[in-house]
Amino acid sequence: MQQTRTVELGTGMFVFLGVAAIFFLATQTSNLNSLVSSEAYTVKARFENIGGLSVRAPVTMAGVTIGRVSDIAFDPNRLDAVVSIRIDARYDRIPDDSDAAILTAGLLGGQYIGLSPGGSDTFLADEDEIEFTQSAVVLENLISKYLFSQGGGDD
Amino acid sequence: MGLLRDLLFTFRAFFETFGALSLFLLRLAVYTPRALVRRFPLIVAQVHNTGALSLVIIMICGFFVGMVLGLQGYDTLSRFDSEDILGAATALALLKELGPVITALLFAGRAGTALASEIGLMKATDQLSAMEMMAVDPLRRVVVPRFVGGVVAMPFLAAIFSTIGIAGAFLVGVGLMDVDSGTFWAQMRNNVDPEDVWEGVFKSFVFGIAASVLAVFEGYNCVPTAEGVGRATTRTVVLTAIAVLVLDYIITAALL
Repeated sequence: MQQTRTVELGTGMFVFLGVAAIFFLATQTSNLNSLVSSEAYTVKARFENIGGLSVRAPVTMAGVTIGRVSDIAFDPNRLDAVVSIRIDARYDRIPDDSDAAILTAGLLGGQYIGLSPGGSDTFLADEDEIEFTQSAVVLENLISKYLFSQGGGDD
Repeated sequence: MGLLRDLLFTFRAFFETFGALSLFLLRLAVYTPRALVRRFPLIVAQVHNTGALSLVIIMICGFFVGMVLGLQGYDTLSRFDSEDILGAATALALLKELGPVITALLFAGRAGTALASEIGLMKATDQLSAMEMMAVDPLRRVVVPRFVGGVVAMPFLAAIFSTIGIAGAFLVGVGLMDVDSGTFWAQMRNNVDPEDVWEGVFKSFVFGIAASVLAVFEGYNCVPTAEGVGRATTRTVVLTAIAVLVLDYIITAALL
């Protein structure tokens, strides 16, 4: 009887530790808690060029992550990219004339969407579209622009 | 000519063993649901045997693997001026690779050998035959609970290994190498996806099946002599190491 008790106690503690470890890994080391659990609303933004933006890229305002890119699609009629952004429902007072820009974190970092606030009194709601957008900066385009402007100066 | 025949014989033996192992695994899988209900206390005892008793070695090894990752990671990353991502780098390495793989290798050494030699010795001392005489199926009574216990214990062991490892990396990275502790956790949270955690859990589950089935298979099919039990124990460790590393590559390639 005592033997069985010890075995059960050891097993119980082991399983408890194991479950606690999985729980810790799932909630504390990953970004699970940022959006999945809480309420969110989705807005759309159209970009001429999204560069290297990917799904799950962060969406920030004033440097704080307030949402994530949930979907990227190509619109075959207007020939541009439609990016769906899920924004945490806590941040429901974002002016609807705010503008979205695709920016790069650090020199080699991933790309993210930065929102800059507008001055409107009405706020973004679910299924709204952000009108003012600024595409990703593609390095090759920058270089070619620079080269062509040099060429123009020589004439 | 003799060489060719030897080679063919080896190939044939390999496929025979592989086939026997697959059929054995299938039988265990079929017996498992019933064993979960009818022989639950036996399974609990085996989770204790393979899991709880492996805890100490898993925790010590996890801690030191985490600490050395923190040290080496810091050294490598600081050459690229990016020691800020130490948290993300160590967490991803532990969760996706080192946690499941090293745990499976330690599991083979600590629990797999115990299972193989225990079952092998039961066979050598005719205990399994005695059970058959009493109309008790040794496969259901002895082998299945050990197999299920190992499969249940492995994901928990791997998760504990990864958690302790991250703590070790944190201790070295933040404590000794003064990476900022906020940066350490923030980078980890920004770059580790829930899928990475589940990938590790899935891997350790598969490795648990592989390591457990190999151990009980080798024990159950050993030559019932002292030498045979010894060889079965050795083969368990060797085969588990090969199986785990091959499976690791296949799963990683499939999930990426």
